[in-house]
Amino acid sequence: MKKHMKTLNKANLKESAVKGGCGECQASCQSACKTSCTVANQKCEK
Amino acid sequence: MIHKYSLNGYNIILDVYSGAVHVVDDLVYRLVDFTSEGMSSQVPAEAYNALKEYSKEDIDSAYSELFEAYNFGQLHAPDDYEQFADMMINASVKSMCLNISHDCNLACEYCFASKGGFGGERCLMSEETACKAIDFLIEKSVGRRNLEVDFFGGEPLMNYDVVKKTVEYARSKEQEFDKNFRFTITTNGLLLDDEKIDFINREMHNCVLSIDGRREVNDRLRVDWGNRGSHDRILPKFKKLVSQRNGKDYYARATYTRYNLDFTNDILYLYEQGFDQLSEEPVVSDPKLDFSIQEEDLPRIFEEYEILAKKLIEMKKNGEKINFFHFMIDLNQGPCAIRRLRGCSCGNEYVAITPQGDIFPCHQFVGNENWNMGNLNDGTFNVDIKKKFAKTTIYNKRKCRDCWARFYCSGGCNAINFEKNNDILEPYSLYCDMEKKRLECAIMIQAALADD
Ligand code: SF4
Ligand code: SF4
Repeated sequence: MKKHMKTLNKANLKESAVKGGCGECQASCQSACKTSCTVANQKCEK
Repeated sequence: MIHKYSLNGYNIILDVYSGAVHVVDDLVYRLVDFTSEGMSSQVPAEAYNALKEYSKEDIDSAYSELFEAYNFGQLHAPDDYEQFADMMINASVKSMCLNISHDCNLACEYCFASKGGFGGERCLMSEETACKAIDFLIEKSVGRRNLEVDFFGGEPLMNYDVVKKTVEYARSKEQEFDKNFRFTITTNGLLLDDEKIDFINREMHNCVLSIDGRREVNDRLRVDWGNRGSHDRILPKFKKLVSQRNGKDYYARATYTRYNLDFTNDILYLYEQGFDQLSEEPVVSDPKLDFSIQEEDLPRIFEEYEILAKKLIEMKKNGEKINFFHFMIDLNQGPCAIRRLRGCSCGNEYVAITPQGDIFPCHQFVGNENWNMGNLNDGTFNVDIKKKFAKTTIYNKRKCRDCWARFYCSGGCNAINFEKNNDILEPYSLYCDMEKKRLECAIMIQAALADD
């Protein structure tokens, strides 16, 4: 158990690149605001 | 690459290339400055000197935790993603903004579309053009099953019959072509009635309800052509729509300007009115316009995002269900890294269609003839413009290459970049500053919610 730091997530960006790229997820600007996009809050379709 | 910041009592270290987020004590927060891509298991001597107020034992144990994270690929992970940058160049078009109405029954002062007309003639899309747009999308979406069509304008409900016929037409093609249409609509609410509410709730995967919050805020800028405010006319209709939505997605979507930099109050107002899916966007337009956000407003805006973030933490800890679009972040299961290399995919996987059948990279480019990609009636489609947009990844945007926020922001809005800097690859710094602040808040909220 770490005393000085807590890691909130399992680092997975790298893994996601291997499995990803299916292109089925929503275009981000469509989702809520149509003026600026934040991709990190999009849902993955897999 | 790491990004570290302290906010609301949390010291946060984001490891950019792995996506790991660490919440750390003061010692690690300082000690991490003595680590780098090639860190060894030995504590660097300078670290002991710089951190004299801590015991050697504490420094050693803190360092060993950092080193462990490093060995797990969660600290100073390498940037492995450039190899995927060109992956989407031949991507299919799968999303479409249908500008079903270039006319509006409101005349909001800040409208980017020149009060609905997009700087041209006021007109509605014909059924014929709308159906051609659906055919175009089916034809161009090779290999993609989920297709998105957003009814947009102007005010789409001013052309409700064509909206209905378009949906009917697209649904009639789903089986034959193995496609799943997801429709969305963005409306100002004025024309909503029971029939339209039923239709929207049945057919629309998501809907965006434009309302700016408190009556005085909404009615200052969201006015009709007689300069009358719209709040009292739209609120009951939106409430009714949401109460019958049965859990389907929607957003109450507000716009904030220099006139309401205390926008947390608008979010809370909308929540009290029964809306729990909320979004709020700044108006960054011509700086000469009094309501447009300016550089000098940033400190106040940052403060307000912090106020909103703290309020949301408190509410969520009390079990309240409230969701603010710009603070949504899923640290474990977000989109894949490949998706994160390109933002909106405008002009490549996403296009906008005007009532005349013209094709533009997205709704914000409509009306700028230099970006006209073709027309549905003569079958033209400019593949060079498509390729140009396909290459707007974070690796081709100079500024994004060294930005910590790049896997969350994904390179900003090409349309704003063009409007402000005359170059789709040159991010607009005011936008970046706000985006980074929202991300810091979003990650901090996750830290706070994990802290019990
Ligand atoms: S914040 Fe700006 S520099 Fe950073 S990734 Fe987004 S657009 Fe690029
Ligand atoms: S360029 Fe900007 S407005 Fe257009 S789709 Fe992309 S993020 Fe949205």
